[in-house]
Amino acid sequence: MTAPGEPTPCDRARGVALLTATASVIRKDLLLEWRGRARINATLFFAIMTLLLFSFAVGPETKSLAQNAAGYLWLAILLSSVLSLGESFRIENENGALEGLRLIPVDARAIFLGKAIANLVLLTGLGVLLIPIAVALYGAEISAGFPRAVLVLVLGCAAISAPGTLYAAIANQARARDVLLPLLLFPILVPALVGAVKATQLVFQGDPMGQLDSWTTLLVIFNLMYWLLCLVLFGRVVEE
Amino acid sequence: MQKALDVGLPIVAIVFLVVGGVLGLTVAPADKDMGDVYRIMYVHVPAAWAALLAVTVTFVASLVYLLKNNWHADALGEASAEVGVFFGALLIVLGSIWARPTWGVWWDWDPRLTTAAILLFAFAGYLALRRFVDDPERRATWAAVAAIVAYVDVPILWFSVRWWRTLHQIQNTGESTHSVMTKSLLWNALAFALLYVWFVRLRYRVALARQAEELAEPPETEPAHTPAP
Repeated sequence: MTAPGEPTPCDRARGVALLTATASVIRKDLLLEWRGRARINATLFFAIMTLLLFSFAVGPETKSLAQNAAGYLWLAILLSSVLSLGESFRIENENGALEGLRLIPVDARAIFLGKAIANLVLLTGLGVLLIPIAVALYGAEISAGFPRAVLVLVLGCAAISAPGTLYAAIANQARARDVLLPLLLFPILVPALVGAVKATQLVFQGDPMGQLDSWTTLLVIFNLMYWLLCLVLFGRVVEE
Repeated sequence: MQKALDVGLPIVAIVFLVVGGVLGLTVAPADKDMGDVYRIMYVHVPAAWAALLAVTVTFVASLVYLLKNNWHADALGEASAEVGVFFGALLIVLGSIWARPTWGVWWDWDPRLTTAAILLFAFAGYLALRRFVDDPERRATWAAVAAIVAYVDVPILWFSVRWWRTLHQIQNTGESTHSVMTKSLLWNALAFALLYVWFVRLRYRVALARQAEELAEPPETEPAHTPAP
């Protein structure tokens, strides 16, 4: 036992081991996604199709489409995220891959961080491709600068991936997993959705009242809360 | 003691409900702005309190289950969540009935209303999760995780919706309301609390009985599955 707060060499070694394991899981997940590119492509087309469907549902009126562009963009990301999150755990459960990971043994926290970050990367990639399409389809424009748009996109996707990874791990081993994941995930994501949509709207339409920072802060707080909480709880979810 | 509670609790709860109802409907004066419409508040507000109590009990029970693997906590969490979803649905229906003559709309995106509705869906998801997992130990752990994740969402959800848009009756402090109004509300609040305890006791017993049945036949692969209650 050492004084609390003072990292011992042993703690540091464990921290490094955790980071190494996390990096391996991220690499593994992204490599798997890359080798199975058909899946990413299918998800991308699904997302674009969703964007098109919103235009058909709302009608071709350019003004209202431009006004709601941020909302449609985030709904497309949210709906696609359910598919990619579910997929990322379906492949883990095939052939007991997740159990294998646990038996190596890989720290459950590393599995969570690795998979959540891999999902974050995929979602952000999807978002980066969707933003120009949304801009083109709905006649929106990025008026708050590109870095700010990327920051909001990353924060919003991170807010989806942390609880999304936790719930995908649960839903994938339950019956009726396809309906269970969105049923569990969507309600708790409402604050993140509100924050991301409002922030993106301000990025699109300009921010005369200076509200962009408040919405960004809301997203940061949501992320801090859920990344920590899910990190702590994930171990209990995958334990045997 | 158990027997006395079984018989006494529903009787007392219903007596309180009747007294609260009579006070609220006849003795309490009409509101100077809203007239008689406001009287729905005597069941609406207690339903909100009961729903909040219910999800809080589920949250605490879930924490206890995760920390101590206590099966009674799991049963209590399940029972309280189900009763909470009932009170939550009641709350939203009553609120909607009140909103129509007062605000002119059935639904409004007010923070409390929206938070209650979203929380109702989150806990409906919790109940669905329980139905879709067959292994009792996994079900208990995963449900506890879901309850905790949903419960910590409440403050940030409330703030986000408040920023997003607001329009709701501000809660009155005791001083601005008539004392009979406060008294009627308290009677009803007690009545709802008793109803809550009554429902949860019944549902808890069902949950325990199901648990006993499931844990009596553990899967062959893991004979040492039965945890100490």
